[in-house]
Amino acid sequence: MTAEPPATGAPPTAGSSRGRGYWTTLAFLAPALILLGVWMVYPIVYTIGRSFFDRSGDRLIWFDNYEELFTSDILVTAIKNNALWVAVVPALVTAIGLIFAVLTERVSWSVAFKTAVFMPMAISLFAAGVIWRIMDQQDPDRGALNAGIAIVKDAVDPPGQLSDAFPSTEGLTGTAQQGLVLRTPVRAGQVVPLGLTGIPPEEVPEGGVQAVRPEALAGGITGVVWRDFKPGGGVPGRVEAQELGLPGVTVELRDPGGRAVDSTTTEPDGTFRFEEVADGELRAAIGAQTFAKPYGGVSWLGPSLITPAIMIAYIWVWAGFAMVVIAAGLAAIPRDTLEAARTDGATEWQVFRRITVPLLAPVLSVVFITMLINVLKVFDVVLSVAPGSVQDDANVIALAMWRTSFGGVDDFGLGSAIAVFLFLLVIPVLVLNIRRFRREV
Amino acid sequence: MATAAVRRPNVVVREGAAPRILRVLGKAPVTMLLVVVGLLWLVPTLGLFLTSLLTPADFNERGWWQVFSKPSMTTFDNYRALFDNAAITDSLLTTAYIAVGSTVLPIMVAALAGYAFAWLEFPGRDWLFIGVIALLVVPLQMALIPIFSLYNTLGMFDTVIGLVLFHTAFGLPFAIFLLRNFFIGIPKELLEAARIDGASEIRIFVRLILPLGLPAIASLAIFQFLWTWNDLIVALTFARETQPITVAIFSQLRQFGSNIELIAPASFVSIAIPLAVFFAFQRYFVQGLLAGSVK
Repeated sequence: MTAEPPATGAPPTAGSSRGRGYWTTLAFLAPALILLGVWMVYPIVYTIGRSFFDRSGDRLIWFDNYEELFTSDILVTAIKNNALWVAVVPALVTAIGLIFAVLTERVSWSVAFKTAVFMPMAISLFAAGVIWRIMDQQDPDRGALNAGIAIVKDAVDPPGQLSDAFPSTEGLTGTAQQGLVLRTPVRAGQVVPLGLTGIPPEEVPEGGVQAVRPEALAGGITGVVWRDFKPGGGVPGRVEAQELGLPGVTVELRDPGGRAVDSTTTEPDGTFRFEEVADGELRAAIGAQTFAKPYGGVSWLGPSLITPAIMIAYIWVWAGFAMVVIAAGLAAIPRDTLEAARTDGATEWQVFRRITVPLLAPVLSVVFITMLINVLKVFDVVLSVAPGSVQDDANVIALAMWRTSFGGVDDFGLGSAIAVFLFLLVIPVLVLNIRRFRREV
Repeated sequence: MATAAVRRPNVVVREGAAPRILRVLGKAPVTMLLVVVGLLWLVPTLGLFLTSLLTPADFNERGWWQVFSKPSMTTFDNYRALFDNAAITDSLLTTAYIAVGSTVLPIMVAALAGYAFAWLEFPGRDWLFIGVIALLVVPLQMALIPIFSLYNTLGMFDTVIGLVLFHTAFGLPFAIFLLRNFFIGIPKELLEAARIDGASEIRIFVRLILPLGLPAIASLAIFQFLWTWNDLIVALTFARETQPITVAIFSQLRQFGSNIELIAPASFVSIAIPLAVFFAFQRYFVQGLLAGSVK
């Protein structure tokens, strides 16, 4: 270090060619300064000025545009949505990135995992939005997200055999929601026909065979649930040839209070039997679960869930960024510190909470702030996930600025005010960046 | 004493075996979780690809995952139609022009400026650099309206050069910041030796700085390329006729269900190129990311 040349300040040639050095410097800087001046500095000044003028640009209206920004319904929705984005997404992305980074740290094949999670970073947010619009289709047969939910939901609460049906005779009353009940009480030894009609051909349960009217059973109740309809009609209430039994239907015996005291399910030919029926007034019923509708799917692209749906797409893209940056920070933490804590008997959770997270704090804050800025400017993904009809509900500041200025309204005054508002929101980060630089110099 | 002496070996054995078992057991759920999450992360992209192989009738009937049980549903007709569609192939070319131009130009300009900020003495250097840092986070929405008017006046609307210049300007603050920070780490002795030998600044820049700065330049190139290839908002504002692929797809979104045979394959083609770049140069991409964010 001491062997360093003493003349650190001025290069040897500086004195002889000061004039030439000036022009050289200018030549190096000029292209950048011209581009930054024309495409960034001048527009900033222009946009700030323009925001105080009306739509035509001729009349100075001072802060009227800003007033509209906070009063017009569409723009207030945009600001509220953006506030939600700011409150939810940066924290969530940072947390997910931290979890992934910590989990992958000690796994040998972590590169494969990291590549999978990081890959969406290369995809445009616009295309990511298209991808998630396909995922978000409502019908569980078409949208993968709802298909996933349907698997869980149908396991917990399986759909019924029939989504809808009507009684074939007036003896059977009630609605599909509460179950269909026979008007007259039943007693042991009786045969109970429960005919249903109005079942669409494609919803007739599979596995049904020719319906059979069962024999009476001493001390018990037997019966049949069948599709009381055949090509040409048939006689209601009578089991005829070509009429199919309805399998898997829940049949209940209910007490006078309407409570089910016994239940069974039907065979492929539609028959069912209750053995050893208790005395008392009982009514036969087809249980409501028979008519439980299959899962219809969450309306991700509807007006109420559109913002969460877009956020999912956005987090899918950015989680990899957070993970990679935090993993690099994690790798920089000295192993000795962690090992020392473990040797002293600290649990993994304590090590994570008391050592890893505090040492990572600068990295976490960088990720958080980067995401904060990104989220304030969110635009493309909203346009591609949200169908046109819900774009007002999904609106955010950057999109509102574009739609106001170029999307048909063509109000450059108000559009400028929205842009300035966005600019003001990032100014704290701008100041932070400058402070950090000045501390380094 | 005796019991302790008998016990000790036992304890030692336990300490050796227990952590190992714990480690394996402790890892199993984590491994499972990572496998599941990793696969889940790939599902949406796979879904787009498989959807791009469906006819619109099939798309409106059933989900893409059902091709696994019925592979005959898939067809490459969508891709054949896509590459026969002149509007789409033109827009892919336009995207390529924009992305390449918006990668090369800012790197050239930023390398020059980065060198000046790192190694040339001039009055107000730090203040000017603070100005560049201030521009880092300026939302491009601040420039859309004035540049729209400017391009209308100059007849630069709907031109590739107009888009390239806009991307270049907004890529510059980050590019200058990144390259200046990289160049400043080049050993001072190398530069001074070259200056003593009488090399001009241009010569030093071309022969010394650029080769040494190649890793940073590579990172930057990948960033600029991906960023501009993937752009929507700039092109949507300044290019109505000379459409890049994102704008071309955007104009089809209104009839999502019926245009899916175009939207899905076009989207997949539009992400295939950035993905290829990403997989080929992942290392530089990560380096650039870290240099840009962690400081």
